[in-house]
Amino acid sequence: MHIVVCVKQVPNTTQVRINPETNTLIRDGVESIMNPFDENALEMALQLKEKHPGTKVTVVTMGPPQAADILKEAVGRGADAVVLLSDRAFAGSDTWATSYALSTAIGKLEKPDLVLFGKQAIDGDTAQVGPGVAVWLGMPCITYARAIEIADGEATVERLYEDGYEKLAVSLPCALTVLKEANVPRMASLRGKMAAKKLVIEPMTAEMSGADPAKLGLNASPTRVVKIFSPPPKTGGVKWQGEEPEVMAQRLVDLLRERKLV
Amino acid sequence: MALKIDLDLCTGCGACVATCPFGALSQRAEDGKVDVNEACTACGACVDVCPVGALTLEVADRSAMAAEAEQYRGLWVYAEQRAGQLQDVTLELLGQGRTLADKLGVELSAVLLGHQVRGLGDKLFEYGADKVYLVDHPALENYTAEPYAEAMSALVRKYKPEALLAGATSIGRGFIARVAIQVNAGLTADCTELDVDVEKRLLLQTRPAFGGNIMACIVCPDHRPQMATVRPKVFAPLAPVPGRTGELIEEALNLKDPVVRVLETVNAMQNEVNVAGAEFIVTGGRGVGAPENFKLLEDLADALGGAAIGASRAAVDAGWISSFHQVGQTGKTVRPKIYIACGVSGQIQHLVGMSSSDTIIAINKDPDAPIFGVADIGIVGDLFQVVPALTKALRR
Repeated sequence: MHIVVCVKQVPNTTQVRINPETNTLIRDGVESIMNPFDENALEMALQLKEKHPGTKVTVVTMGPPQAADILKEAVGRGADAVVLLSDRAFAGSDTWATSYALSTAIGKLEKPDLVLFGKQAIDGDTAQVGPGVAVWLGMPCITYARAIEIADGEATVERLYEDGYEKLAVSLPCALTVLKEANVPRMASLRGKMAAKKLVIEPMTAEMSGADPAKLGLNASPTRVVKIFSPPPKTGGVKWQGEEPEVMAQRLVDLLRERKLV
Repeated sequence: MALKIDLDLCTGCGACVATCPFGALSQRAEDGKVDVNEACTACGACVDVCPVGALTLEVADRSAMAAEAEQYRGLWVYAEQRAGQLQDVTLELLGQGRTLADKLGVELSAVLLGHQVRGLGDKLFEYGADKVYLVDHPALENYTAEPYAEAMSALVRKYKPEALLAGATSIGRGFIARVAIQVNAGLTADCTELDVDVEKRLLLQTRPAFGGNIMACIVCPDHRPQMATVRPKVFAPLAPVPGRTGELIEEALNLKDPVVRVLETVNAMQNEVNVAGAEFIVTGGRGVGAPENFKLLEDLADALGGAAIGASRAAVDAGWISSFHQVGQTGKTVRPKIYIACGVSGQIQHLVGMSSSDTIIAINKDPDAPIFGVADIGIVGDLFQVVPALTKALRR
C-alpha cells in the first residue's frame, strides 16, 4: 500500500499576539511547527504501515524552502519518502490553487491508495485543501475521520458529525481528513532523527511537477484578501471580587431572576 | 494580482516588514531592501505603509472573466437537512441571504438535496426563499460528499448563481469544497460576517484567521459563483411568514451510486444537551482540573433546568471530556442566552466561539484572565466554591 500524507508548516497560532498600536500580528519569537492536525494524519499513516507490512508512507508539503524542517520531522517519525513542493510560482495560492499544485506533485508519485490530510490547518482554518486535492485526483474524500480499518482494498472509516458519528465504507483509493482524536502522534525516534539529519531534500519545482502554469499562485486563485484587521476589542462588564463565594453567587442568581433569565 | 517592489525606490526602512500579517516580507541581508516570499497574498497592507511608494499591486487584465461573471445572477443558500430535518443554520442563512439579495436586487433561492425531502420546501419559502431548487434522488438519501457535490455542481452550471452560501458544518464544509473545484470558483471558509458591495456586485466575506487573532475580508473578484461557508449562530433567522410560497424547481439528475457507503449512524449525544443549539451553557476549562470535576458543572447545568455542558480546547485536549462539547475556533460556535465559563482563561480561540452569547458569566481565580474582558458579570473566585454556591442558590 502507498499512503501519501500532505502536511503544512504553520506558525504556532497559540503564540501569535496582536500589537495594539500597529494592529498587526506580532510574529517575533513565534515558532514554525507542523500543523497539529497533520501530525494526526501522519500518525494514522504510520500506524497503518505497522499493521500492513510493505506499506510505504510519502509525506508531501508545499511551502518555502524552510518547510523542509517538517519533512525531516516526518522522516524522524518514520516516513519513507518526502516531497518539498517549493517554487515562487506557487506564491499567494489560495485553497483552489494549493489543492491543484499538491495534486500535480502527488500525480508524480507512485499511485497512492490513501491520501491523508489533517482536518484543517491552524493558520487558515479552511478545511478545504483536502477535499480539493481529492477532486483533482478523482478520488472520494471522507472528512473529519477519527478511525480507519483497511482490509481487502476497502477502508472502513468513522466520520464525526456535530453530535455523533457514522461508520462508512469505501473502496481504495480514497482521501481522508483526520481529527485530533484519531490518535496520539509519536515522537521522532533516535534512529529516525539520525536518518533525518542525513537527508538532503531537493525541492520539486512547478516545472518538475508538470503543473499548468496558468493554474498556479496568486493569479490563478479565485479569492483575494482585501482587508486584514484585528477583531473589535471586547469590553467587559462588572467584576466582583474579594467577597464570600456564597454572597457573590446569591447576588448573581438574584440578578438573573430579576432579568427573568432563569 | 501580485506585489511589485521597486528596488530603486526602496530605502530599506523596514516599515512594510513589520506590517505584513503573513510574515511574507523580509529585508535582504546584502542591502536591507525588501524581499517577498511565497506567503504573500497581495492583501496590500504593506502598500499603504510604504513611505516612498516602492510597493504596488500589479493588476492583471481580467476583462474577459468579468464579462463571463455578468451572466451569473441570484443568491443561493444550501438547505442542509439531516434525516429529513432542516438544520438551524439554513434558516439563519436565509435570513442574512434575504438582506443581501434585496440589496443586490436579486432572487434568493434555496437548494434542497436529499431523498423524499420535497416537504421541506414550504418551510424554506416561509423563512425567505423565493425559489427552491430540489434534487430528490436515492443517491442523496444519506449524505456523502461525492453525489451531493455532483448535484450541486450540476445546478450551479445550469442556473449560474452569483453567490452560494452554505453552513460551515461538518456536511457543508465537506462537500462545498469539492463543488468549488468542480465549478472553478473561489470559496471562503467559515465566515462570521457577510455583506455585499452593490456597485461591484461582490460578496464581502469576513472570517477569523490565525486562531481568531486577526479578521480577514475576502472577495472573489472574477470567478462565479462567489462561495462561502458560514459559521452557525452568527446570523439570526427571519420570523417565518406562514403561507408564504415560491417557485419549486425540481431538477431530475442522473447521479451515480455513492462510492462511500454509510454502514451505521451513531448519535453520541442522545442523553445530553448539544451545545450547538443550547439556550444555557455551562463551560469548563483548564481550571476544572480533572474529568470527575465536571460533575460540579453538571449539577449547575441541572439547577438551570437542563443546560448544555461546554468545554474549552484545554479541557478537551487534556482528555477530560469529548470533543462534541468543545466551544471555539476549532469547536462549535454558540449563542446561548446565558453562558457560564468556569475556570476558562479566555484565549482568543475560545472567545471567537462564544463572545456573541446574550449574557456571559465568568468564574475564574485569576482576576486578570482575558475571559473577564468579554464577561457581562465576572466573579473572581475559586470555581470549586463559587459553582456549588451558585447551584445551591438556584435550587433555593
